[in-house]
Amino acid sequence: MTISKEAFETQVLAILGPLHGVARRLTKNEADAEDLVAESMTRAWRARASLAAAGAFRAWIFRILNNTFISERRKALARPREELLVDESGEEEGAFSIFERLHQPFLLWFANPEQEFLDKLLREDLDRALAALPEHYRVVVVLADVEGLTYGEIAEALDVPVGTVRSRLARARSALQRTLWNVARDHGLQTSRAASTHR
Amino acid sequence: MSETDDMGCELALKRLLEFIDHELSDSEQDNVERHLRTCRSCYSRMEFESRLKQRLSALSGDDAPTESRDRIRKLIKGF
Repeated sequence: MTISKEAFETQVLAILGPLHGVARRLTKNEADAEDLVAESMTRAWRARASLAAAGAFRAWIFRILNNTFISERRKALARPREELLVDESGEEEGAFSIFERLHQPFLLWFANPEQEFLDKLLREDLDRALAALPEHYRVVVVLADVEGLTYGEIAEALDVPVGTVRSRLARARSALQRTLWNVARDHGLQTSRAASTHR
Repeated sequence: MSETDDMGCELALKRLLEFIDHELSDSEQDNVERHLRTCRSCYSRMEFESRLKQRLSALSGDDAPTESRDRIRKLIKGF
């Protein structure tokens, strides 16, 4: 299909908020985010013949945004391509779960430390934890959890198989929880017992 | 008819995030749901992970700044 200019504008403006949000989390900078969105829209219009169907617009445009970010950053860093490739092998120290750190079954009827942890988290704690994630983890969590894309859409946006989305997302969420745990510890959010027991 | 839970905690927890994301097949979704009805610990974990996802989802919803919106409009007009 070939999308008309009017339809392109309508579709872009309808998801400009999420596009800008993802761009901001990728670039960590408002001005760079605006430039990234603008450059991506130019590339998207040029590549409009590659849009398979109207229903695929969201994944297609996020794919162009992500590819534009990668190529712009590559240019800026003047790094060889290899350094930007994602190592899918176990790079983590193992799965991490805040729930497992805090859950105390015998307290179930009296207190709920893990829910209390969430209640105390501020928006800026979440922003900070997301910003601290490695790029390939940040993008998958932002697309899945912040912007609510399906695994199929994320696979299309990142140009990886759905199985890779599943495994990368699992590792990314684990990394996010580890980072959140550390953010919380640094801001005295954890209970003193939990913080001293689990480092 | 009483329900049977064929799924242990280990498997339920392995599937939990995909369950929350609604990315399991219908039968797998049902199996996890059945397990959650009978296991308080896994249910609590599901509640925690769901609420964390909701907190992240609440970070979205910001509209693009007006300047960016105007810039994109102008840009597209020039295509």
